[in-house]
Amino acid sequence: MTLKYVDEFRDGTLARTILAKLKKQCAGRAPMRFMEICGTHTVSIFRSGLRPLLPSTVELISGPGCPVCVTASEDIDKAIWFASQPDTIVATFGDLLRVPGSRTSLAQERAQGADVRMVYSAMDAVALAEENPDKEVVFIGIGFETTAPTVAAAVTMANRQGIQNFSVFSAHKVLPPAMEALLSSGDLRLDGFLCPGHVTTVIGAKAYEDVASRYRMPCVVAGFEPLDILHGLWMLVEQRLSGEARVDVQYRRGVTWEGNTAAQRLMAQVFRPANAVWRGLGPIARSGLAFRDEWARFDATQRFSVPTLSVREDPACRCGDVLRGVLAPLQCPLFRKVCTPQNPKGPCMVSSEGTCGAYFKYAYDGPDLDLEEKY
Amino acid sequence: MKETQVLLDHGSGGRATHELVTRFFAPLLSNPFLDAMNDSAVMDFLGDRLAFTTDSYVVDPVIFPGGNIGSLAVHGTVNDLAMSGARPMVLTAGFILEEGLDLSLLETIVRSMAEAAREAGVTVVAGDTKVVPKGKGDKIFITTAGVGIVPPGVSLGGQNARPGDAVLINGTIGDHGTAILCSREGLSMEGVIQSDSAPLHTLVAAILTACAHVHVLRDPTRGGVATTLNEIASQSRVGIRLFEEALPIREDVAGACEILGLDPLYMANEGKVLVVLPQEEAGKALDAMRRHPLGRHAALIGEVMADHPGRVTLRTRIGGHRIVDMLRGEPLPRIC
Repeated sequence: MTLKYVDEFRDGTLARTILAKLKKQCAGRAPMRFMEICGTHTVSIFRSGLRPLLPSTVELISGPGCPVCVTASEDIDKAIWFASQPDTIVATFGDLLRVPGSRTSLAQERAQGADVRMVYSAMDAVALAEENPDKEVVFIGIGFETTAPTVAAAVTMANRQGIQNFSVFSAHKVLPPAMEALLSSGDLRLDGFLCPGHVTTVIGAKAYEDVASRYRMPCVVAGFEPLDILHGLWMLVEQRLSGEARVDVQYRRGVTWEGNTAAQRLMAQVFRPANAVWRGLGPIARSGLAFRDEWARFDATQRFSVPTLSVREDPACRCGDVLRGVLAPLQCPLFRKVCTPQNPKGPCMVSSEGTCGAYFKYAYDGPDLDLEEKY
Repeated sequence: MKETQVLLDHGSGGRATHELVTRFFAPLLSNPFLDAMNDSAVMDFLGDRLAFTTDSYVVDPVIFPGGNIGSLAVHGTVNDLAMSGARPMVLTAGFILEEGLDLSLLETIVRSMAEAAREAGVTVVAGDTKVVPKGKGDKIFITTAGVGIVPPGVSLGGQNARPGDAVLINGTIGDHGTAILCSREGLSMEGVIQSDSAPLHTLVAAILTACAHVHVLRDPTRGGVATTLNEIASQSRVGIRLFEEALPIREDVAGACEILGLDPLYMANEGKVLVVLPQEEAGKALDAMRRHPLGRHAALIGEVMADHPGRVTLRTRIGGHRIVDMLRGEPLPRIC
């Protein structure tokens, strides 16, 4: 498979045309603040160097949409606890390995002898279980609605194949309840949401209808290429200036109003909505996914007797405020001084989709590096 | 959580490796040759200037599209010598074999080494073999050392880049790392992405013949083009700016990286050389490279600047700018 079409969404001439339109549209208007909910958007914005090119009145705020960043310390500690059990393999996505829990990380546990494997999908973890019949394989399931259906598919496959030694620790999250929690907290002034293309391919654009109507908040579902994002921002500005608040879809090549109903059914077959704790945001009702009773044997928390773990948060870490969009990474007293990708104090720095990591990696170099347009 | 143990990150070839080297190896083993931090040490010896280097190879899978650990071990060491402008002469090879290794696999690997050495015109003059119990190694590890002769007048090093220099590469970026990853993870893309593993000494000779003022040659292996350019920027105390639209990247490599959320700039290469030389010589160097089979897709990809010393930046396709940092973490454990 090749992705020939990608270049078309990074075309410099077209980007400059849209930027000129956006600048004209914003001239003389009050400042606007838009939140890109999703970490993939955040990274794409930084990788393309988009921020300094935007009109000065358009401010982008990075939201809580990085599944690694919003995984609670307690859940990381549980993952580490699973890895400490005899004859147990913990399988997870690479990003999660270096996220600090209360005392240590999965990567450090691996260096001390724990059997922690990096996998690319839950299916890989099922294959690990098949190859290691004398071990328990626990897949650490993190991610939003894009990932959860694939984990549900892996669980149903393991069931069909009669695999007895595979279970999932479900730390999945769903996005719309978090958006509502952000808006109802009252400390975030926003003019619109740039909603994630890939999550929306599953849940459908209709999922944001409540947010748009109840909170009078413009929502635009955008793809992840620089031109998608620029186009999405232009659509958000249009809505805001015309005083409307609805759900628009920029990412029409992937998103429908109803979404992927087969994936939704699969997710609903295995999981049910559950309350979940988000790092930084705290508990949010019905924002997580727990196993339905009939799939309980695949639930790692029921398969193992997980003790109550004493969770210790670094009191100086401000990731929570960054995730809520009320603190920019550069305003965090730890940023770059003691918190770096090499020695992260919080998940926003360690995750490849984390806001602090993106600032550190792509944009921040103190006052001397002028990243403004020089050509 | 300051590390107290070696993590896989320390072998990534990126920032963590750099920190390990500067924390332990460089200060404790310090001498002028090592302190230069180049791919090989160049020393006077009975009227000749010898280049001397060593490298170890741990790769999974040991056989991959476009080569295997045997040919890779020869190419890697030949290339480390070539980066100092040397003509590679002799190699040594040490093998650590894991109990249970299939002997026919070993034969394939050694045959491939022999063939690569013949093609590169080098002789394997000494070797060593150790066997470790099953589970204490991973099939086969190879350590090679190499000696070459540096022609008179050639003086290359990572500390020589100057503002105004051009940055060139001889072809597409990230092929080896992506090939290894796709092969290891069983990711099937359209066709098979091949490693670019190849000996670069004849290409280097062609560049040095065409251009009298080459400042730096460096092969961007682990950590990729991004990490290698950061090392050059740091050693030379200069800034380097890349042009995104000029970076030669195969469509299938770009596609695979896109799907996996990786950046070709950080993927390993085993048949690529970064050339830093005065802008005035860039045209001649590109012509020389494009006439060579390993340089057909050579391109000018960036420039050296006085501002932001130690930093690599990228001008993106849409006209923005961003930092290109060293590799951090471990996107590809043990690829080469």
